[in-house]
Amino acid sequence: MFNRLASCSCAALMLASAPLMARDNISIVGSSTVFPFATVVAERFGKITDFKTPTIESTGSGGGMKLFCKGLGVDTPDVTNSSRRIKKSEFDQCQTNGVTDIVEALIGYDGIAVANSNKSEQLTLTRKDLFLALAKDVPDPAGGDSTVANPYKTWKDVNPELPDLAIEVLGPPPTSGTRDAFVELAMEGGCKTFDFIKAMKNSDKNAYKGLCHTIREDGAYVEAGENDNLIVQKLEANPDALGIFGFSFLEQNSDKVQSSVIEGFEADFDAIADGDYPISRPLYFYVKKQHIGTVPGIKEYLDEFTSDGAWGEDGYLADKGMIPLSDDERSAMSASVKGLESLSL
Amino acid sequence: MSSTTEIVQASLARRYKAESRFRLYGIVAISISLSFLAFLLISITYKSIPAFYETQVQLTVNLDAEKLGVGASPDIKAIKTANYSGVIKGALREQFPDVKKRKAKKELYSLVSVGAQYQLRDFILEDPSVIGTEQTIWLIADDELNGLVTAVSDVTDIGDTPTRLSEQQRGWINTLQQQDQVKTGFNYTFFSAGDSREPELAGIKAALIGSAWVLLVTFLVSFPVAVAAAIYLEEFAPTNRWTDVIEVNINNLAAVPSIVFGLLGLAVFINFFALPRSAPLIGGIVLSLMTLPTIIISSRAALKAVPPSIREAAQGLGASKVQVVFHHVLPLAMPGILTGTIIGLAQALGETAPLLMIGMVAFIVDIPQSIVDPATALPVQVFLWSDSPERAFVAKTSAAIVVLLGFLVVMNAVAVFLRKRFERRW
Repeated sequence: MFNRLASCSCAALMLASAPLMARDNISIVGSSTVFPFATVVAERFGKITDFKTPTIESTGSGGGMKLFCKGLGVDTPDVTNSSRRIKKSEFDQCQTNGVTDIVEALIGYDGIAVANSNKSEQLTLTRKDLFLALAKDVPDPAGGDSTVANPYKTWKDVNPELPDLAIEVLGPPPTSGTRDAFVELAMEGGCKTFDFIKAMKNSDKNAYKGLCHTIREDGAYVEAGENDNLIVQKLEANPDALGIFGFSFLEQNSDKVQSSVIEGFEADFDAIADGDYPISRPLYFYVKKQHIGTVPGIKEYLDEFTSDGAWGEDGYLADKGMIPLSDDERSAMSASVKGLESLSL
Repeated sequence: MSSTTEIVQASLARRYKAESRFRLYGIVAISISLSFLAFLLISITYKSIPAFYETQVQLTVNLDAEKLGVGASPDIKAIKTANYSGVIKGALREQFPDVKKRKAKKELYSLVSVGAQYQLRDFILEDPSVIGTEQTIWLIADDELNGLVTAVSDVTDIGDTPTRLSEQQRGWINTLQQQDQVKTGFNYTFFSAGDSREPELAGIKAALIGSAWVLLVTFLVSFPVAVAAAIYLEEFAPTNRWTDVIEVNINNLAAVPSIVFGLLGLAVFINFFALPRSAPLIGGIVLSLMTLPTIIISSRAALKAVPPSIREAAQGLGASKVQVVFHHVLPLAMPGILTGTIIGLAQALGETAPLLMIGMVAFIVDIPQSIVDPATALPVQVFLWSDSPERAFVAKTSAAIVVLLGFLVVMNAVAVFLRKRFERRW
């Protein structure tokens, strides 16, 4: 029995390693923000074409780039999703490893919502309020060009027009792309409104970043985990708290939570699409052009993604909460993707 | 009475009290842990209930060749790419002719799942002669509709049941219900489909099969190696410094965090041997590294439990050392070894961390057909669904946990059965 078992397992393993050379499904990695949108496209692509459904891993934008730029060949992914543009360093890494032809596609936008429970009052905030409420160090309230550890306890302290509520914000931890984007768009946006800090950007970039990008750690900002659903549940249980999460979660839970008004605009579809809502970020994917022809279906996948039924204004991606590009941007991007124009930085 | 007896009698009441107190503590401890378990099981099962229901809507669709956008005698390819969503939208408009505004139309269309078009396609592929006729068929409803009709009996009076359906949409549902065009039944899709971004189309099968492949590889790799190692260490190896070192290391290995094995798998199997990412083959090998120490330790215990008299009797009759082990000791130790193996595999079944590193935390729609097809595993599916924005995935998450627990119960039941069936007492 023992011998048979051993030889059986050897045979099974050998059999298994035979078809390793080729890959007949597209392999996609990258951002967890693009993940819910890319998966819809992939699923539909698998259903309406004869190609296999692409596999999509949610590795985060940076992790995806690393895998993508590792080189050519079937053991590397064909497409990587990203919630930011490719960095010069990543692009260079790609070039060094032989990934010389990359097609870039900007697919749409994602808004980051600051929201609280429907049961309480809607807040009207600015990015400056958010920065003052959440930064570790803030400009001295007494005036002058110095900074002090954040003294604000309530929203009223931050801005007299706001309600007398303790600052309590539930948001994602530092490993999250949503947090990166929030820090960059909201905090830095508010931070820059102080002239002396803005001047610092040119003189001492590291100090500028440290000041604008560091979130307070005294309990006012609660790291609620990567799971946005959890934040929504906690907001429901605690009407005094604010939460930070992606727009699609706001849309899916519109009966439980409401978006705060940021600089005059609520996080809704139109405000994000028009670029009025200040905390929104672009979503991209990158394709390895050299894999087209080697791995079947990449071109057809691109066609599906860039069809009007998918990323158009009434497409199914918009139904899932992605904010589509403007018509002009879309037709330009569609042409560049269909023409497989290589990216150069 | 002597003084000693007096002392004993005086302390007797106190000692009895201490004993009954201790028993009470024990009962309290057990009931606390049982109530935690019961709470967990009840809340998960309760939350999972909606996931096992599927709602369908009956519509009369006009399968006109022109409306479908196919010719009079279409080939398979034309049928596959026909305009099904247009036909379904048309059927909905016909059902509610008063709906004119664009926004209202969009709300109306959202009552039926996007999966309905694939359903209609399969219906026509089965019998293309229905093209050109009018058919009344049941189509999958949207997850919001399913959630609402399973939660309340009257959709026009829902109290404070959370829903994203508007009053107008609930009115339409009510009309459909009064005409018996809505039915709710057991959700077979959940057990026959792979993952989907639409909760009403999402199923557990791809993850279930993926887990089964992973466990198969884990078993085939770890069982022979672990049993061979255990037999050598227990029966043949001399006791010296080297075997001591090995023993300590095996025990340490059992305590290594599982993510470390994932990193090892990434570095060795993917980067060095260039095996495919996301495949059960690698998942199985990585998890078998994790399972090895568990099986080795339990196998050694099982071998040790075979009484020396068996060995001595066999040797006395002239059996060689190898014959003693393989003819007598190993068969007698087998129930214990198998129990240990199943417990090790059950541990591997619940593991996600190492799979993250080797790309098995992925969106998988197609059911994996072999150990090199991209696959995911049950606990990964739980993780992915818990992080999805659509609310119906909350129920799916709990349902996936129920399936995972069911899988575990079956495995443990097999272990218990094997032990009961083959166990020998001396």
